[in-house]
Amino acid sequence: MIVADKKPLAEVLASIGKAGRVLVIGCDTCVAECAAGGRKEVALTASALRIALEKEGRRVEVREACLDRQCVNEFLPEAAEDMAWAERIVSLGCGAGVQALARFYPESDVVPGLNTQFIGTTVQPGVWVEECSGCGDCKLAFFGAVCPVTRCSKRLLNGPCGGSKGGKCEVSPEVDCAWQLIYDRLAALGLLARLREFVPPADWSASHSGRPRTIIREDRRI
Amino acid sequence: MTQTSRLAGILAAGHFAVTAECGPPQGADPGPVEEHAAHLAGVVDSVNVTDNQTAVVRLSSMASAVILSRLGLEPVLQMVTRDRNRIALQSDLLGAAALGIRNVLCLTGDHQSFGNQKSALGVFDLDSIQLLYAARTMSEGRLLDGTELSASPEYFLGAAANPFADPVEFRVIRLAKKIDAGARFIQTQCIYNRSRFEEWIKRAREEGLTEKAYILGGITPLKSARMAQYMKDKVAGMDVPDEVIDRIKGVPAKEQAKEGIRMAVETIEWLRGLEGMAGVHIMAIGWESKVPEIVRAAGLSPRPSLA
Repeated sequence: MIVADKKPLAEVLASIGKAGRVLVIGCDTCVAECAAGGRKEVALTASALRIALEKEGRRVEVREACLDRQCVNEFLPEAAEDMAWAERIVSLGCGAGVQALARFYPESDVVPGLNTQFIGTTVQPGVWVEECSGCGDCKLAFFGAVCPVTRCSKRLLNGPCGGSKGGKCEVSPEVDCAWQLIYDRLAALGLLARLREFVPPADWSASHSGRPRTIIREDRRI
Repeated sequence: MTQTSRLAGILAAGHFAVTAECGPPQGADPGPVEEHAAHLAGVVDSVNVTDNQTAVVRLSSMASAVILSRLGLEPVLQMVTRDRNRIALQSDLLGAAALGIRNVLCLTGDHQSFGNQKSALGVFDLDSIQLLYAARTMSEGRLLDGTELSASPEYFLGAAANPFADPVEFRVIRLAKKIDAGARFIQTQCIYNRSRFEEWIKRAREEGLTEKAYILGGITPLKSARMAQYMKDKVAGMDVPDEVIDRIKGVPAKEQAKEGIRMAVETIEWLRGLEGMAGVHIMAIGWESKVPEIVRAAGLSPRPSLA
């Protein structure tokens, strides 16, 4: 899923500016799973805004809405009435959701309420970990299904570096050393010999570094 | 300018090599590099020039290496993959060769979060092993993509090794990969934990790696008990056992520097007796003036000349 977290309230307040009618609109897919932008978070954010705005002595009406998926056009018309009403829209979607919503409603002023972080997983309640960089050339088959491009702080393909200690990364004790994970996984699979092989430089042209990417599937086009 | 590597010559002749380290200044004045040179001239075989060590911006390693060359010292150019992509790295490798630099130490580099430009984008287009591979490929006349070079550079390639990091079992595998990729000499992390080092070099010997590359043991003299504790607690990849800290703590504060040097000299003597060792690399961080004393006390002075 796409993992995001909330922007500080002060930043959201600043981006509302002088608007008198504000819509907080969530997305009930990825950002709901990571407890940043689902129905519940829309309600929390809207209440926090109302309280803060009232404290400032401002009369601002704040409405709430939530779409099943902000990044898919067919779900967007549902919000038409609220979108037309609002002077400013705080989207609790991911970066793709914010852009899809703004593109669908070109007259609406949409601002982000979240900082989109990464593609990751929920490893335990309240803990999300980055697992995929969308590099466009999946190498997981070679590395025992642990991604060094994403999970090694230095993206080492022939790792680990000299900073791996007790299974943790030198950058932070909160970060697992990807290469310890790769080592343990390949050891369990009886594939340690693979680590002796030289992994040549990656082809980053398939990644975002190549260009903003578009996928066109003729069989799915109308 | 040197046309062949003196370091390679010393090692090939079977001498126990001595290299030292020069950290370029955080400013545009070449003075500090010249000062290092004055301390190290005639004392060591070659001098490593660090490349924005610990991700702190400093005078470039290439410029510093040229300054050392002009003063008659042979540089070992350190290159990290943290800050430059393969276009810049290959270009700089060509530039180094054209400037007469033969020794290149290929590193990934400390993570940018340790330095003074914490908001920097970490490039890491290549890793250290891929950089070795790139340099070796270039010395065979081609760039990474296969483009033919109009003239092939010549390098004596080196790499770093940290026998003290985890996973332990991976450490010799990684050494082997570095040697396969083109490393002819290896400079290790500072050695304080002798038993762990001995275990590592034993495994390297068993794999035949000490026959394929020259291993230089890393030495950093401890200035004080406080420094020893700091290295143990705060420096990534460092392994300082308690008995080392206890020994330096055991002498009065004003005697600790002397004790640190004595310990460094003892470690050098111990390394000389260890099968598979080809030399030492002295990293006297901020204490370069003590290198001549250490080298003399270890009986490694004067350095042999290559006729």
